[in-house]
Amino acid sequence: MSEAAEKTAPEQAPAPPKPVDAKKIQSILQANDGARMRTWLSICSRCGLCAESCFFYLAKNNDPKVSPAYKAKVSLGVIERKKGRVSRQFLESLVDIIWGQCTTCRRCSMYCPFGIDIAALIAVARAVCNSQGVGPERLLEVTENIRKTGNQMAMASEDFVETCDWMAEEYGETVAGLEIPVDKKGADYMYTVNPREPMYYPQDVGMAAQIFHVAGLNWTMPSTGWDSTNLAMFAGNKAVATMPVKAMYDKALELGAKAILITECGHAYRSAKYEGPYWVGAPGGLPPVPVIHSVELFRNLLRDGKIKIKHKFEHPVTYQDPCNVSRNGGLWDVGRELVNMLCSDFRDMSPNREHNHCCGGGGGYIPMGAPFKKRRMESGRVKAEQIKATGAKYVIVPCHNCFDQINDLNKEYELGVKVVSFKEIITELMIIPEQFQPAEEEEAEAPLEAAEEAKPGAGEAQDS
Amino acid sequence: MDKLYEFLSGPGLWIAFIVFGLGLIIRLTVLLSISREKDKPFWDHREAGWALRSIFHWLVPWASASTRSQPFFAAVVFIFHLCWIGVPLLLQAHNMLFEEAFGWSLPTLPEGLAEILTLVVIGCGVFFIVRRLVRAEVRILTSAWDWFLLLLALSPFVTGWLAFRQYGPYDLMLNLHILLSEVLLVIIPFSKLAHVVLFFFSRTAIGFEFGTRRGARAW
Repeated sequence: MSEAAEKTAPEQAPAPPKPVDAKKIQSILQANDGARMRTWLSICSRCGLCAESCFFYLAKNNDPKVSPAYKAKVSLGVIERKKGRVSRQFLESLVDIIWGQCTTCRRCSMYCPFGIDIAALIAVARAVCNSQGVGPERLLEVTENIRKTGNQMAMASEDFVETCDWMAEEYGETVAGLEIPVDKKGADYMYTVNPREPMYYPQDVGMAAQIFHVAGLNWTMPSTGWDSTNLAMFAGNKAVATMPVKAMYDKALELGAKAILITECGHAYRSAKYEGPYWVGAPGGLPPVPVIHSVELFRNLLRDGKIKIKHKFEHPVTYQDPCNVSRNGGLWDVGRELVNMLCSDFRDMSPNREHNHCCGGGGGYIPMGAPFKKRRMESGRVKAEQIKATGAKYVIVPCHNCFDQINDLNKEYELGVKVVSFKEIITELMIIPEQFQPAEEEEAEAPLEAAEEAKPGAGEAQDS
Repeated sequence: MDKLYEFLSGPGLWIAFIVFGLGLIIRLTVLLSISREKDKPFWDHREAGWALRSIFHWLVPWASASTRSQPFFAAVVFIFHLCWIGVPLLLQAHNMLFEEAFGWSLPTLPEGLAEILTLVVIGCGVFFIVRRLVRAEVRILTSAWDWFLLLLALSPFVTGWLAFRQYGPYDLMLNLHILLSEVLLVIIPFSKLAHVVLFFFSRTAIGFEFGTRRGARAW
């Protein structure tokens, strides 16, 4: 499958009509042919209750063709019935359905009377397509990046470590003695990130480091296995999806880290904590060391007084439950505790918690890029209306995909909100204890110079 | 007609019961045995509490967000299932046969009430038929087989009531009633109607998946 992806990924032109490898499809069906799958495929009573649970369905004004059961029926249902003997054209026609109309948010799985995990059915259909090199082009490219480099943005390990050093210097200006330890042995937390942080938003790494440093955390960044995201999971490529997870687990064990800490990203958490253990065949379906999400760590730090804030954030805020942090991660209450510790005017969405709607950017949707943007804005109407109804001016979002999606929705639907992460709010409000206050005169020079070197112009204001 | 009745109410009934019982047992056994290999998440995260809560919230109406969104439908589904199972088991006429065949019987419903509840089942069935036709998201999912199963599930009640009221030819109605019931029993283990038992397993599985693993309520 990876060979096929390699050929089709770079250019726009469709792949030369290649016959479908029915055997390969059958092996995927066979691998998934467990008691649950058999039961799910055979007992759907066609009651239609799943329809209204789906935000794509709602945003499409109740188009019956967008109901979850229908999408599963015309994708995996047909593949199963034909025992994998389907045409390439058919598989290509599914892309619009199983990627274009589903983010595998799993809300429908909670609304089915029989508990049919409809999103899991869609995931198998994605795996079938992926095995034939079929899928949204950008996801196939990203999968290749992961296969070749171990992270989705093909960032070199040295560049990553360099970014960490740079951020340590830059943010050392506000928090004295700030370090971003790399490959430190025996740390309590091995912090893993989304490659877009070191690539495009290095301040995310800097802010996290500030919080960890002030809280006195024993933490480290790994030089490899630092990408906890997993877009191969959404592309339906289990073999490649296993690679970054394994690299992360191996690194944690090698460093003797007591826990893997996940950045404010939803699907990274799902991949590392819930899906990954089964891909690597971990006993009991548990990761080798506990996997902890930033939301939970931040909550603990504030609750235990390790981080103190100057005052609460006073503007009206709402909280976006990322599907893979709340519904699929169990942290909806933890997130709310944290919001309430930080903010004085919290206005919840409706529905909320594990019942909250997907933002429309999950399941690989944001990385699927421009060809899917228009549809992403259409289906995001449900989320936009939810946000609008709260009257909040800030949306706290502990997930990069939700972050991008809600930013886009903000423009599209003129919501007039600001999208923020927990890191941003915490570093804004956090009291920096005396021992971490930078000594204004003596020490200001060294880190400043370094910062200037790394990012010309960054330190100009204080230089003068 | 008498010979047919003799067959249907004798060996025919036995065959139907055996196929029904064995069919379900075999299907369950096969599923449980393959699950050891391929459904590790199910076995890894067992917790009785989550299974029971996951089942309970979908057994009774309005205990899940999903059924609250269509409260009338939820109520009809509940009443339909209750009567569909209860009426045949607690019917006086059936219990006389149980007494005759096995020497035991269950408590019975008064005849008048049993008739009302039979009509309730039929009424619920009519609602399902209309709903299936009227609601686009349901209609689009419905196949000929779904229609057949729905009508088949209702047929013993319709024919049973007609026979009881002696509308139409009694012997024919009675034989049809028994025949259709037997066909229904035979088909249950091999169709979506196997949800009579599989419901409990699939709800258990999703209870573990959302509840044990994430603390999320799948209802």
